[in-house]
Amino acid sequence: MKRHLISAADLTRDDAVLILDTAEEMARFADRPIKKLPTLRGRTIVNLFFEDSTRTRISFEAAAKRLSADVINFSAKGSSVSKGESLKDTALTLEAMGADGVVIRHGDSGAPHRLATSGWIGGSVINAGDGTHEHPTQALLDAFTMRRRLVGEEGAALDGKRITIVGDILHSRVARSNVHLLSTLGAHVTLVAPPTLLPIGVDSWPCEVSYDLDAVLTKSDAVMMLRVQRERMNAAFFPTEREYARRYGLDGERMARMPEDAIVMHPGPMNRGMEITAEVADSPRCTAVEQVANGVSIRMAVMYLLLGGSEPALSRDDTARTEENN
Amino acid sequence: MTEQNKTLLRGARILGGEPQDVLIEGGTVAEIGQGLRAADAEVVETGGAVLLPGLVDLHTHLREPGREDSETVLTGTRAAAKGGYTAVHAMANTFPVADTAGVVEQVWRLGKEYGYCDVRPVGAVTVGLEGKQLAELGAMHDSAAEVRVFSDDGKCVDDAVIMRRALEYVKAFDGVVAQHAQEPRLTAGAQMNEGIVSAELGLQGWPAVAEESIIARDVLLAAHVGSRVHICHLSTAGSVEIVRWAKSKGWNVTAEVTPHHLLLTDELVRSYNPVYKVNPPLRTEADVMALREALADGTIDCVATDHAPHPHEDKDCEWGAAAMGMVGLETALSVVQHTMVDTGLLDWAQVADRMSFRPAAIGRLEGHGRPVSPGEPANLVLLDADYRGQVDPAGFASRSANTPYQGRELPGRVTHTWLRGRPTVVDSKLVGAAGAV
Ligand SMILES: [Zn+2]
Repeated sequence: MKRHLISAADLTRDDAVLILDTAEEMARFADRPIKKLPTLRGRTIVNLFFEDSTRTRISFEAAAKRLSADVINFSAKGSSVSKGESLKDTALTLEAMGADGVVIRHGDSGAPHRLATSGWIGGSVINAGDGTHEHPTQALLDAFTMRRRLVGEEGAALDGKRITIVGDILHSRVARSNVHLLSTLGAHVTLVAPPTLLPIGVDSWPCEVSYDLDAVLTKSDAVMMLRVQRERMNAAFFPTEREYARRYGLDGERMARMPEDAIVMHPGPMNRGMEITAEVADSPRCTAVEQVANGVSIRMAVMYLLLGGSEPALSRDDTARTEENN
Repeated sequence: MTEQNKTLLRGARILGGEPQDVLIEGGTVAEIGQGLRAADAEVVETGGAVLLPGLVDLHTHLREPGREDSETVLTGTRAAAKGGYTAVHAMANTFPVADTAGVVEQVWRLGKEYGYCDVRPVGAVTVGLEGKQLAELGAMHDSAAEVRVFSDDGKCVDDAVIMRRALEYVKAFDGVVAQHAQEPRLTAGAQMNEGIVSAELGLQGWPAVAEESIIARDVLLAAHVGSRVHICHLSTAGSVEIVRWAKSKGWNVTAEVTPHHLLLTDELVRSYNPVYKVNPPLRTEADVMALREALADGTIDCVATDHAPHPHEDKDCEWGAAAMGMVGLETALSVVQHTMVDTGLLDWAQVADRMSFRPAAIGRLEGHGRPVSPGEPANLVLLDADYRGQVDPAGFASRSANTPYQGRELPGRVTHTWLRGRPTVVDSKLVGAAGAV
């Protein structure tokens, strides 16, 4: 694996499967009464959030703490960052503080790439979502959830699984990361959206594209509904909320047409009544809550593999020491 | 320093032709021939270097007044001289905007005082580049700065009525409106060329149609009112087709291309390095090839640098926060040699046409863009075309270093530049300027 996790496209199939398998180990560990591992003791991880996202930040924070890392939360809101301090100066500050890993969420596409390649810092950079570019750990936790539900076998990938991603592809970093990762893992991905919410150039992506949700639903093992901001209609991406929900929303009737074991996914936060109805969101087929729990395991696995070295995540010794030290 | 009285160039290849001697005397080319003698002349052994007329840039951002942290008339004209230019057109998007006779005369006077390169200011089309009210175009034309080119560059004159009126109005004094073709609604928030790469990078696209639709409208407007229009930094294959069509109709349309659009593509944006952030954006390989072909066949009239200096901090940041633009004066001739001459698309006589004769003609600039012949002004540049070297911005005369070519090997090196017979560059180094003589 590379030193940073910037794009899901950077992961080979072996890398991705290793992360998923490591996350399974982490998940098993989380079921024990003592949830802490000493793996990253003495290491400092900074959560550098230029955009508000409590959900994602808490997930990374929980993951780092379960690995015994020291966690510093650096939120841009109300700090010098929002008063015009540059990403570079912030990075130099973190470097001076000895950050071993920086988890960055930024509104500009490419900011994590810039942070990792500019020479401003020496530590590993983990992209926690940049602009409309990528959100690789979200894609990993999605793949983890799919593998558990649809394959149920460690060491496996997602070969032949039919994954449909529906919604605002144009502005979605989740979609971009998922297209890369799921295709790497052997899945067949279909994007469904009104043409206005698909980027020019999407035809070069390793996936299919459809404007017709009903045509794709019956051939899907998983349907991932993306959040659609209501404000998009003000920029003429679609006429009204109602029309969007009718053509591209998932309701109980549509869900009933999906194959029996197919799952409904959502990266959250959900816009109930827009892309998904309450009936679907609250149904046992919807994995939204599971995805959140899986997020912590995946982020533990990523931090462990990027920062913790190459030995197995949970040797017997580690386990023993953990119990001693808690 | 006073004007060099006599200079004898031995073995210079005029426009890339056979080696000849050229005698410069009193600011003009005095004599051309074999085995010339002039006992009192300073002799330059050219070793078969290429001798071209001094280059003329239709599109330079000198940044003064207002952004002297990125460039000044002094540093910008020194950079121009090092790049082989003897005249530059200084764009109007300064602070204050060059929309009055007072501001354009100030810029013009500074250029004259420093004496490295003639500075011909471009006047704003509209007051404050706001696109609403015509600036006093006639006053700028009549001023000492002799403005002939008008542009809101940096912004598009997007209002069709304002554009029509501007085109009509400048007919009275043979001016030209140079349009920065960018439909603003289609490019709000745009970060790079819209296409395969922008889709992957998640950067908001700047579609080719935003340029092409304005060019289509403006060539039609120019034809309708019988005026001439010049298209700045044409960047797409579609734009080439529209200009080619307009010219086939006999309409008075001219166009420029930047060196960077002849060489670089949007693939470079994958690095998210803001040194590649420019407006209009870097396009695709197909666009680059169409632009080269169009420059070769004359559809595109000239090369213009769009030299756009920015301070280091405006590029040493994330892509979205970075300023758009690249410096270009000191690398333009090398990039043209690399993309057009070394590829066999242009010979040196055609380079002289695209980088000197035609831009001077479009700008109605007298004394520049003249043939290298006896009696003509000695605005000349000597180029060591065999040189190969890496671009090192540390050696730039420009105050800014935002070049996309750092570390790239490019051919050719300007060794000498003469402005009306007086050297501004000798052995690739600037020589003290004389000021107005
Ligand atoms: Zn422009």
